[in-house]
Amino acid sequence: MNAGIKTLRIDGRDVSARADQTILQVARENDIFIPSLCYLEGLSPVGACRLCLVEVKGASRLLPACVTRVEEGMEVTTRSERLDAYRRMILELLFSERNHICSVCVSNGHCELQSLAERLNLTHVHFPYRYPRLPVDASHPRFVADHNRCILCTRCVRVCDEIEGAHTWDVMGRGIEARVITDLNQPWGESESCTSCGKCVHVCPTGALSEKGRSVAEMAKRRQFLPYLTMMRTQAR
Amino acid sequence: MTLEELQRTAQEERASQSKVACHLHVCTAASCLSAGSAQVKQALEQELAERGMRSFCRVKGVGCMGLCSAGPLVAAHPEGFLYGRVTPEDAPDITRSLVEGRPVRRLSVPTDQPFFRRQLKLVLENAGLVDPERLEEYIAAGGYASLLKALTEMTPQDVIREVTISGLRGRGGAGYPTGLKWSTVAKSTDAEKYVVCNADEGDPGAFMDRAVLESDPHRVLEGMTIAAYAVGARHGFIYVRAEYPLAVARLRTAIRQAERAGLLGNRIAGTPFSFHIEVRLGAGAFVCGEETALMASIEGRRGTPRPRPPYPAEYGLWGHSTLINNVETFANIPVIVREGGQWFARIGTATSKGTKVFALAGRVVNTGLIEVPMGISLREIIYEIGGGIPDGRRFKAVQTGGPSGGCIPEEHLDTPVDYESLAALGSMMGSGGLIVMDDATCMVDLARFFLEFSKGESCGKCVPCRVGTAHLYELLDRLVKGEADGESLRMLEELSDLLRHTSLCGLGQSAPNPVLSTLRYFREEYEAHLAGRCLAGTCRVGANR
Repeated sequence: MNAGIKTLRIDGRDVSARADQTILQVARENDIFIPSLCYLEGLSPVGACRLCLVEVKGASRLLPACVTRVEEGMEVTTRSERLDAYRRMILELLFSERNHICSVCVSNGHCELQSLAERLNLTHVHFPYRYPRLPVDASHPRFVADHNRCILCTRCVRVCDEIEGAHTWDVMGRGIEARVITDLNQPWGESESCTSCGKCVHVCPTGALSEKGRSVAEMAKRRQFLPYLTMMRTQAR
Repeated sequence: MTLEELQRTAQEERASQSKVACHLHVCTAASCLSAGSAQVKQALEQELAERGMRSFCRVKGVGCMGLCSAGPLVAAHPEGFLYGRVTPEDAPDITRSLVEGRPVRRLSVPTDQPFFRRQLKLVLENAGLVDPERLEEYIAAGGYASLLKALTEMTPQDVIREVTISGLRGRGGAGYPTGLKWSTVAKSTDAEKYVVCNADEGDPGAFMDRAVLESDPHRVLEGMTIAAYAVGARHGFIYVRAEYPLAVARLRTAIRQAERAGLLGNRIAGTPFSFHIEVRLGAGAFVCGEETALMASIEGRRGTPRPRPPYPAEYGLWGHSTLINNVETFANIPVIVREGGQWFARIGTATSKGTKVFALAGRVVNTGLIEVPMGISLREIIYEIGGGIPDGRRFKAVQTGGPSGGCIPEEHLDTPVDYESLAALGSMMGSGGLIVMDDATCMVDLARFFLEFSKGESCGKCVPCRVGTAHLYELLDRLVKGEADGESLRMLEELSDLLRHTSLCGLGQSAPNPVLSTLRYFREEYEAHLAGRCLAGTCRVGANR
């Protein structure tokens, strides 16, 4: 008997999983859709966007699928009226937080925030738009950081720290004032730690980080490097 | 220091104290210090010196005596006279009264009033009696006897059993059973374990932990060391906010004294057990009171919470099994070990045992620090201990639990103070802030105040809390100014429900409580604001229309 294998039920389907897997990983393997924005396979999960919250039978509160490990006999519900409503509201909060006008965005058509909104049938944002006036940092020779499009998923922070090993990106400030920074809040172009590898740009789910020279809807991100690097690293060990 | 040496120190200290006929206790905790008690102490010392009375009477700096609103406080022992609002100019009168054996009438604060009579002091048993900067006084008051009893007469399992029997629950606010938490950490097979004391008290109007640390720091060290022995930890941290400089200084002094006396550090009291404590300063983020954010901050990272599980007992500081308790929880431990779990469990209610320290503030006659048995009613606290509402105004609500708590109206004042009853009212025990409001307080404005706090203190990691608190604040701000539309109440409820159920940590999950509880009990005030009126008459509703 192999104690490392668990069987559980997701949306009424019996599935099996390794004991170290999370609900989100198992769901994706089985083509069960759970929305997420901060999660990206290959980076450490942080449970920050709260879109992947699921109902687990017997749990008193909703659990983030990206960090919750599977358990034997677990019964998971990934879709319900309540979950859908919460997810739409979280997306609305994101849209209202900064400036997400798709029609003028480099990532239009290639944006995870946009495609999730479409998929969850979000047609209106009923919270007032905040539209803060945030800077656009174009000091880097190849890349642009537009804080108005940032959703603070911290994928850039994690990929730079965990994969590239540069830790150029980090978060500054608290609450609604929080924003990602390069080095000690210096212009990106003056960063001494940045290797200009571009990994942050390509893991960014929105148009917050983009390559220079891209116009509206031209910034398609290439994420293939991440599973490749992860695989090569685990095999090299 | 062995048991015999401890007893000898206690005897010597008591003998030295009994050499002088009387003691003048001057409160040197933060609130009396800010009212000028340092100058009072100096004047008294000078006066005694000038009159050649130093062998007759000794002036002693002590911790909090509780009735902060009457500070600076001076107590004359053994007579037990208590003087309030003492100034340096009162020193001659006070010293003269010592000779005459009669109190100074004009300064007297009656000690038989309900404020003192209705309290039960366990955590604060030494506060106001011992000099917090002298280890000998703590020992003379029975200090460190519980630690030596635990180390020499009890196994770690025995200690955990007593704590479990006592029924003690976490005093940081959530009320998790302390014995259960300890046994979880004790069961971990991790070779390296930590004990952490959460002294990052941040609720507006709350100062219980500060008072305990300033008044009796050795008690917290003793509680932590007993905990470390019980769970098998060798290193501990006290995470205390840098805004408490006096508490930090006294803690550091206490740690140094305890180490020098062999009551902390290597081979404590000659036993094989070693335990070291370090102080870590918080840089002013409220969220660092949340245990996972606190640990991140101790590790030197940005203080943001992470999802639990894994809980600190399993995966804590640097990935090791960690026990985190609040200051007041640790301060209860010496009493429990000394008197036994059964004795402790006789105090309080069926589910909430022992006492609770509250910082009584706001619109009551007596403000200050109190310790009451669990199960006492809010009415008794406010009207008997607190002395009621000043200036002939009417009581409106009492706020417990700070920004995570709620407002309780008049009709629920007879509710017993325990974890479950307060939660059922939409508030919470919290760490012990208790703010009383009279009819001149607008509840919409109050909710706005707390949301402004939560918005500013949200760490920004999870979306519902980061953006939700900002929207909640702005909705309330528009309501206060009379610029809100009819949709706003529904939106407040909708956002509150979202935050409560989807936020990552306790800060976001409980941030809507001030809104929800005021909507529940004072909805008419919200509706009045929508109609362009403020029932309390304090908001300039419609001024901008």
